[in-house]
Amino acid sequence: MAEHDVFVVAEQLEGKLSDVTFEMLGKARSLAPLLGGRVVAVLIGHEAQGLAAQLGAADHVLVVDDPALQHFVPERAELALRILLRNEQPALTMIASTSMGMDLAAALSAALDWPLIAYCSDAQIADGLVVATSQVYGGKIAVETASESQHTIISVIAGVFPAAEGQSSVPAASMQTVASGVSGADRVRFKGLSMPEAGDVDITRESLLVSVGRGIGSKDNIEMVEELAAALGAALSASRPIIDSGWLPKLRQVGKSGLTVKPKLYLAVGISGAPEHLQGMKDAELIIAINSDASAPIFEVADYGIAGDLFDIVPALAERLAAVRSE
Amino acid sequence: MGINIIVPVKQVPDLVEELEINSEGTDLEREWLKYKMNEWDENALEEALQLKDAHGGTVTVLALASGDVDEMLFTCIAKGADKAVKIVGDFEESHDNHTAARALASAMRAMPYDLILTGVQAADDLDGQVGVLLATYLGLPHVSVVSGIEVDAAARVAAIHQEYAGGIMANFEVDLPAVLGVQAARAVPRYAPVSRVRQAMKTATIEEIEAAEPVGAGAGISVRRMYKPESSGHAEMLEGDTDDVVERVIDILRERGIWRA
Amino acid sequence: MPVEPERIREKAVAIVEGIDISGHWNRMFEQRVIWDYDTSSLDQITSIPGGESLGACYQCGKCTPVCPVDHVGDYSPRKIFRKVQTGTNLLESPDLWLCTTCMNCLRVCPKEVNMINIMPAVREQAVLEGTAPTELAQAFENTFRYGNPLGEAQRKRADWVKDAGVPVPIMAQIRRPVDILWFVECYPAYHPRGKDAARGLARIFHALDVDYGILGVEEKCSCDSQRLAGEKGLFEAFTEHNIKMFSKYQFNTLLTADPHALNAFKKEYPKYGGDYHVLHYTQFLATMIDRIPFHKRLPYRVTFHDPCYLGRHNGEYEAPRRLLEAIPGIELTEMVRCKENGYCCGGGGGGMWLDSFSRNHMSERLSERRVREAVSTGADVLAVCCPYEISRFEDAVKSTGNDGKIIVRDIIELINESMRG
Repeated sequence: MAEHDVFVVAEQLEGKLSDVTFEMLGKARSLAPLLGGRVVAVLIGHEAQGLAAQLGAADHVLVVDDPALQHFVPERAELALRILLRNEQPALTMIASTSMGMDLAAALSAALDWPLIAYCSDAQIADGLVVATSQVYGGKIAVETASESQHTIISVIAGVFPAAEGQSSVPAASMQTVASGVSGADRVRFKGLSMPEAGDVDITRESLLVSVGRGIGSKDNIEMVEELAAALGAALSASRPIIDSGWLPKLRQVGKSGLTVKPKLYLAVGISGAPEHLQGMKDAELIIAINSDASAPIFEVADYGIAGDLFDIVPALAERLAAVRSE
Repeated sequence: MGINIIVPVKQVPDLVEELEINSEGTDLEREWLKYKMNEWDENALEEALQLKDAHGGTVTVLALASGDVDEMLFTCIAKGADKAVKIVGDFEESHDNHTAARALASAMRAMPYDLILTGVQAADDLDGQVGVLLATYLGLPHVSVVSGIEVDAAARVAAIHQEYAGGIMANFEVDLPAVLGVQAARAVPRYAPVSRVRQAMKTATIEEIEAAEPVGAGAGISVRRMYKPESSGHAEMLEGDTDDVVERVIDILRERGIWRA
Repeated sequence: MPVEPERIREKAVAIVEGIDISGHWNRMFEQRVIWDYDTSSLDQITSIPGGESLGACYQCGKCTPVCPVDHVGDYSPRKIFRKVQTGTNLLESPDLWLCTTCMNCLRVCPKEVNMINIMPAVREQAVLEGTAPTELAQAFENTFRYGNPLGEAQRKRADWVKDAGVPVPIMAQIRRPVDILWFVECYPAYHPRGKDAARGLARIFHALDVDYGILGVEEKCSCDSQRLAGEKGLFEAFTEHNIKMFSKYQFNTLLTADPHALNAFKKEYPKYGGDYHVLHYTQFLATMIDRIPFHKRLPYRVTFHDPCYLGRHNGEYEAPRRLLEAIPGIELTEMVRCKENGYCCGGGGGGMWLDSFSRNHMSERLSERRVREAVSTGADVLAVCCPYEISRFEDAVKSTGNDGKIIVRDIIELINESMRG
């Protein structure tokens, strides 16, 4: 029985384990000793032993093999996990707060009658019980919640824990493959994957945005900001005057007459912060603004501000990011 | 032929208002809170209305009578919902989603439906998403983060996309009835003209049903502390020369897990 | 109303009141050309209550040169009539949303084709059918939910008073009759540049010892522009609210700095039981010019933009000019299109919330056109007295590359500057 163990449900897409899997493994490593148990990685798929070998940060890897789960399918994957967890009864189950994870975590919570704490950015063990910190209300409020049960599920936000802690160059000490035991669950059927069209950028779905405003002066200067965006892995967006001038396509416009975005990072470059613009981005999780005018309204909503010359700061930042990345 | 769609909806605190924590430090200070319909539920309703336009049938909105939900329900009717139902019971204003899902499930056992559309999530989903909980209590298949719904009413199946990061989508076929957690409707949620909303308030009625069974004891969690992660107000201004400021920015990005090298 | 064919068709024999006007005579009266067209598109509009006068157009074209949108596009009541007459469904046409209701057309129209009635009537239908442009619908939604189109919290509507530098009486707190009830409106309450003017006016009132109060958070948008953009239900809901608030207090004059609110209070509110003595701030201050403590000379060349809703719609052209001329040092110069022929800034009739829509149909914004005109007078300052204008013109100064050549100031700000000494 696994009643002191921490189970981490690995997430994979197109034959690749997602970063959040390693992030959760890393965190699990610090939690499991406090519960007096092991870290067990659970991988659901078909002929996925190659991926299983990457889960060495776990003490034990459970591979749930099911030919019908070559690709993630909500109902079937959830049932497979349900059977497993009901047998194993771990103290803590960690599931990624992602599209796939959403169909798993709450369903398991309802089916097994185990508490679920969602949107977790941290977790601790206190008096043998799981206490998790969640980000709610668009990240504006943090909640510390304690589970009242010996078996808890938490769904973990991607990008909060360091992935490095969950990576390992050697496979786990032990591995076991079990059949999923699921039969007849085919009310949801996988029909294929669609890839995004090249060149389409939907800024409302981008988690990192570098946004350029009137302070940029001319169209030619946008290239400098594009380099910064590339260094960050961010997409480029803009305030209305830039769009009006035709320097960027309409779909990049943030604001009242453009799109509303709620990214993890909104880096505002040369944007004064007119109310019409703020309306479209003030709910971003982290706002950093660069503007030469220290009294620009953007600084009322930004978390961090730099009252300086963007023509100095932007290239310097892009250069430093590129340098650090290659270190 | 037509499809009968139920859209469970709820209200969430309007983030335009500054959120304050109550004196016990365990919940929002609700006295001055304004509420608005969960934006994902608005998308679910829009998608339902679009499907009704295409296939015929009915759209019913369903909500727990927690706080004042009447204006929200009348607005849904003004947008085109055929019926609005309120589940009356002993709900605290700040109830958890497991409780809500159980109440919804108990009410829906007596309702006919082909499809349940609800917002994929809401800003206050501390204990998981209502749609998935509801589906599990009802024993229905469910898919979350859905966009692009096509229904074959005769064959009782829906073809849908589940969105993953980076623009990748999985295509699924789902047997109906099912619960779909809508991420985005095929069109921007429509606007309900004020005259229509006022008209609905005067002429439409909201059906009330009692929560059929005791809805069970919470979600097995207790909030220890609710707090604001950083103070709102003015930005923290970063001082120093260009190099200092650049280093600071990179540190901040790292701390927040936004950028890792 | 469509003209019945029998009344105008050429008849072989026609004796009217003893006069023989049989067939071969009256070919000139035959409107043969009309019967080549299906008039149902036109009938659709003229059968909407409020839309009747569109049918009166006889294509003289006097409206076209005064229509501000035609200068940056292809537009006028005459053109709309012709399009609708030849089959365009106005309810589905972008032309429905480009009119700012500036009223220059009605001023010159010999047949009184009244866009100020036609536009809201037809737009109301479009809003009910769900075809209003998204940005506009969002403004409606914000207004209904928060009491203002900017989407700011209702609770913060009086926050601007904190930095006014002078006490600002709020009716719910002072609970006594006042001489002037100052209806602040949304942009002065929430928009940064609007707040500058609001605070400035509070300082002027303080210096003049004016007995006034504001409604603060009890105030909701007057919604005159939303009404003209098609949301009559919203207008009525908020009119009811504001009248209810007014009835709680006693005051002699309802004053506002917003010409759109002025228009609602003067022309619409009486229909709902709210009849008040209404003044624009310029009209009020113009009666007190001798008492305004001007200290500093402002050696500026100033050109004044007549707000459509203070000027053409409500007949006031002189009060703002008297105030400007009273400020020591100011030299007033007029733009060619001034007073009754003033050129619209583009904000009225819903235009404030249709910029993203109209940019696809205009070569430049009306406000940009107007700023160029202001710059060509050689003025240093473009003076305004409507809260829509300040942000529109300041944006336009930058986007037309005139930053540094001209500044935009509300008359209140100029008075303040001179008062500061």
